[in-house]
Amino acid sequence: MSGLEDLIQAFGFPFMQRAAAAGTMIAVMCALLGVFVVQRRLSFLGDGLAHAAFGGMGIGAFVIVSSGALAQGGALLRNPLWIAVPFALLTGLGIAWVRDRTELSSDTAIGVFFAVSVALGVLFFSRISPDANIGVNVMDLLFGSILAVRTTELAIIAAVAVVATTLLLTLWGRLAYATFDDELARTDGVRSRALEYLLFGLAAVVIAVSATVVGIILMAAYLVIPAAAARIWARSMASMTLLAVVIGVSTTLAGVALSYLFDLPTGSAIILTQALVFVAAAFTQRR
Amino acid sequence: MSRAARTDEGAVRVATVAPQRRVPVVHVHNVGVRFGDAQILDDVSFDLDEGQFLAIVGPNGAGKSTLVKVALGLLRPQRGHAALFGRDAGDVPERIGYVPQLKTFDRTFPATAVELVVTGLRRSWPARPSRREREQAHAALAQVGAEALVDRPLARLSGGELQRVYLARAVAREPAFVLLDEPATGVDYLAEHDLYDLLERYQARTGATVAMVTHDLAAARYHASRVLVLNRRVFGFGLPDDVLCDACLQEAYGHVGHTHVPHTHRHVPRR
Ligand SMILES: Nc1ncnc2c1ncn2[C@@H]1O[C@H](COP(=O)(O)OP(=O)(O)OP(=O)(O)O)[C@@H](O)[C@H]1O
Ligand SMILES: [Mg+2]
Repeated sequence: MSGLEDLIQAFGFPFMQRAAAAGTMIAVMCALLGVFVVQRRLSFLGDGLAHAAFGGMGIGAFVIVSSGALAQGGALLRNPLWIAVPFALLTGLGIAWVRDRTELSSDTAIGVFFAVSVALGVLFFSRISPDANIGVNVMDLLFGSILAVRTTELAIIAAVAVVATTLLLTLWGRLAYATFDDELARTDGVRSRALEYLLFGLAAVVIAVSATVVGIILMAAYLVIPAAAARIWARSMASMTLLAVVIGVSTTLAGVALSYLFDLPTGSAIILTQALVFVAAAFTQRR
Repeated sequence: MSRAARTDEGAVRVATVAPQRRVPVVHVHNVGVRFGDAQILDDVSFDLDEGQFLAIVGPNGAGKSTLVKVALGLLRPQRGHAALFGRDAGDVPERIGYVPQLKTFDRTFPATAVELVVTGLRRSWPARPSRREREQAHAALAQVGAEALVDRPLARLSGGELQRVYLARAVAREPAFVLLDEPATGVDYLAEHDLYDLLERYQARTGATVAMVTHDLAAARYHASRVLVLNRRVFGFGLPDDVLCDACLQEAYGHVGHTHVPHTHRHVPRR
């Protein structure tokens, strides 16, 4: 079959290898995070933090252009992610803080930060002259561009993936316990409040680097669907986690391949593949 | 050592306990808790020594569960302090077996009975319980007559079944202090005296201290070696027969408009 040959040949291209590597790392950390996001009913957090990343990218791009950093400095330094990631992190911790200190539901807190971030992003992107080549394209930001991942981004993704995956796996038992019952976990010495800040902070960083690849608009779905499908099939938190990672990685790689073969937007291809798995899960649900 | 005088009578009554001049298991001193404008606990003080069986009684909304949370370190009182084993509340989770009144866990969380019991052993959620942990969990579940529930999803258990699983979780770690908030709620008549039987046998075997919130005054009278009558403040603390008198109860329960003081001499069968 020529399709298969095409595919094998395709993964010989460096850009496809970068896409596969970035996709796998993002899929693993998003799935590990996603199980907690789903169980804690924080789906909207994915949306809010992805849009915070958008705001951060806008500020970052503006700073790079207006400071003239575009002309000098290495490619790694010129990346607006250096501003987007801390900006998203502050937003994530801000949401956690509002949740902690007020009676507001997280939806409300997230909604406020969401709107402010988008407003900031639009404002700063509008200040950048259209012919300044900053290496980020607003459309790519919104809809994702995994096939356009550059080596610098890959390096940032790898660094975040190592830290996030290590933390999520190390703290898995305590995070799961606090997710099951916050108060019961606290009676067993689990510092669930600190864990919540950590979870929100991690989510912010993971989502900021993932969103540039998956697309801001699709980010929340990407975070939630593998975990949700896994939840339908799983009988334990451990199997849910494992299954979410398997679904996340396989649908991401399948989406990359499909988008190459049929010239589809990658973000759409990934999300639609995940949706198929989710529908399959819903139909085969054990009662 | 201001508490020495108070512990003397306990040493007489509970013969299995060595003469007590040591740190009390529970030390609650001048505890005051407010939620907004409402004073929920006011100047609550008492000490509980090793090997005692304390029943905490009082009307709905008296602050019993609040006091339990203060003792566990879940809630910081605005006034006073609580200590367990001479350490700050919350510092010695491994020595405490706690059964909460409300089972507030996330019902959509994929969990089985055995996993919850294993949290009692390792104090975090098990990804994969070891063989040894499973055996210990089985033994704990068997103790409460719930061995059949092992691999059942938690969210589908009945109220009484759930209560037993929580009880198994609490005793699995062999705690030196068992703290139960209305453990008999939702369990059937037989299970109820199985529960007291279990607690008493556990106590006899390990010398553990037990504190239990209950609405069953007859059970308090029959099983406890100490009773605390609470309604925002302490209305009585001491031997069951001294504290569970009509006058004390009338006073404590009368404050929230209860007129009927249950005075049951119901026979609680002992096996
Ligand atoms: N977090 C809270 N915020 C505000 N009020 C609270 C809070 N927790 C408890 N209360 C109030 O404190 C009072 C005591 O509550 P608590 O749960 O300690 O009562 P209780 O003695 O355990 O009652 P019950 O027998 O019904 O279990 C109640 O009036 C309750 O409404
Ligand atoms: Mg209560």
